[in-house]
Amino acid sequence: MGALWVNIIAQGILLGGLYALYGTGLSLTFGVMRLVNLTHGDLIVVAAYLALLAGQFLGLSPWLSLLLVVPALFGVGVLLQHGLLNSTLGRGVLPPIIITFGLSVILQNVLQLGFTADTQGLDAGPIEVASIPVTKELSLGVMPLITFITAVLILTGLQWLLTKTKLGRAFRATSDDPTTAELVGINSRQIYGLAMGLSLAIVAVGGVLLGVRTTFAPTDGPARLIYAFETVIIGGLGNLWGTLAGGIILGVAQNVGAQLNPAWFQLAGHLVTLGLLAFRPTGLLARTRDVG
Amino acid sequence: MPKIRSPQSTLTQPKPRRMSSRGLAIESALLLAVLFSLPAWGSAGQMRTIVEFISFLALAQMWNLLAGYAGMVSFGQQAWIGLGGYALIVFADDLHVNMFLAVALGGAVAALVALPTAPLVFRLRGGYFAVGTWVVAEVFRLLIASSTVWLQGGLGRTLTAAVAVPRPERELYTYLLAVVVGAGAVALTYFLVRSRVGLGLTAIRDSETAASSLGVRITRIKLLVFVVAAFATGVVGALIYLNALRITPQAAFNVQWSAFMAFIVVIGGLGSIEGPIIGTVVFFILRDYLSDFGPWSIILLGAIAIIMTLVAPQGLWGILQRRFGLELFPVRRRLPCVAPHAQPALSEWKPAATDPALTETRPD
Repeated sequence: MGALWVNIIAQGILLGGLYALYGTGLSLTFGVMRLVNLTHGDLIVVAAYLALLAGQFLGLSPWLSLLLVVPALFGVGVLLQHGLLNSTLGRGVLPPIIITFGLSVILQNVLQLGFTADTQGLDAGPIEVASIPVTKELSLGVMPLITFITAVLILTGLQWLLTKTKLGRAFRATSDDPTTAELVGINSRQIYGLAMGLSLAIVAVGGVLLGVRTTFAPTDGPARLIYAFETVIIGGLGNLWGTLAGGIILGVAQNVGAQLNPAWFQLAGHLVTLGLLAFRPTGLLARTRDVG
Repeated sequence: MPKIRSPQSTLTQPKPRRMSSRGLAIESALLLAVLFSLPAWGSAGQMRTIVEFISFLALAQMWNLLAGYAGMVSFGQQAWIGLGGYALIVFADDLHVNMFLAVALGGAVAALVALPTAPLVFRLRGGYFAVGTWVVAEVFRLLIASSTVWLQGGLGRTLTAAVAVPRPERELYTYLLAVVVGAGAVALTYFLVRSRVGLGLTAIRDSETAASSLGVRITRIKLLVFVVAAFATGVVGALIYLNALRITPQAAFNVQWSAFMAFIVVIGGLGSIEGPIIGTVVFFILRDYLSDFGPWSIILLGAIAIIMTLVAPQGLWGILQRRFGLELFPVRRRLPCVAPHAQPALSEWKPAATDPALTETRPD
């Protein structure tokens, strides 16, 4: 009995790595420009489909396809920001919400037209089912471990970028006050484009890992968006390591919920999020404040 | 840099063709007379179309009240549709309440649930509020789907009480109820927006911080609007399932409801009562023309909403209004000094503390 729960919690923690990847991108764009990208989840799914295409047409393994999918989504992010979202700056909360939600609906239907509603998966070979025995009762899947380690590495890299580089300083300055940042020569629109690109580059990694780990379908995006949202809300807005904590809590909650009743996987995550919102509305480790 | 519009542009606007309150009352009475007499001369098909039209109109009107007036962009309005629909079935079938009365109870259940939900989602802003309300709707969907015995889980339930009522009679009552609900939703928005609450709402939408510093009770007003919108959306939800007779959690709590509301309001015009009316008309035309194209129709709808947001954020009604100065529902408060035809030219205009022109006119 004890071993069962240890297993469930361990799997939940590792699942949290994937959610941290989802949440980081959402948190980054919100942190830099107070924008919530509602296509976030659909772009995770798009990344998985792009990796699928790279496998079908170029024969690339999911790992190699990252070399194409990550830059592709970075480009999509820059284009999205410069082509659609930058022109709505300063016009209130509604325009970016409508634009990204409209895109979300469009993407789901385009994917459905292009790939049918069938579920797909990425084939990464035997590694998908490989596992490492830790104790007699507990063994950890290699894929979930890779996902978790990737999330930690990406968060470390992002932390370094934000605190140690010139670009990171520009990100933080724009986040604090775009007008003042412009005074010292930072082009805030360019920064927003880069932030969205970076956010979607991380999404690309999350999407490919999702595709290797499990199956995906055109309408899976909204659920992914909600997981990303919950990760950010639990972890606290604007805190990178909070995002990892949020992902882990969400993953554990979902796995524990599913163990109690298979239908409670999502419900448990929702309830933990709403509970946290009720009792600790800033999340566990908040940093960004949403002013105005 | 945001473009600063010169004050000239408001001065050169066409003379407003504003409907007076009396004109509005007469026209509304005429429209209602036509709608109420329709069963006598119209077909059952027309009645069904009107029920559907009114349902979408009322839903869009409530979404507009939240987003266009209170600045709360919700993607969780399906929560109230689903709760209203399920409440209808529970009251009518399990508790044997008259099913037309149960429609009103559907709204009451939605409002009761919205009351404790509000403080939770009010902790979120902007896009996060949108996703947060969506999560709340998902919670209700999952809870109802997991009631496999009582509410028959994902299979859903059928309104068996309706089977006892002969079809023509049921359709007639449903139709009359829909007309009442539609007129009620528009009237509710109209009077709410014209009231002090409406002024407070506009202030909140433009800047919560500024509104609060002027003494607008933000939380109370937002709570009132949130609960009122939930009530009306719940009533419409019950009405939809009184018409459809069959409900499943998947369909009733589908985010597509909120997507349609948002698209209708954005296309028609945000923050006006006329906008959702025009938006619903456009939505129905598009849907009829594109029904053969499956996913393409929704792709086009999403694309139009995006283009409108970028190019004409005031929607179709905003374009008409700027062009012709139309106003069907007089809800706007005008400062007399920006209406040159009604006031002496600015050069002759003498500011004085007691000048009645300085006091804001209430909508007439």
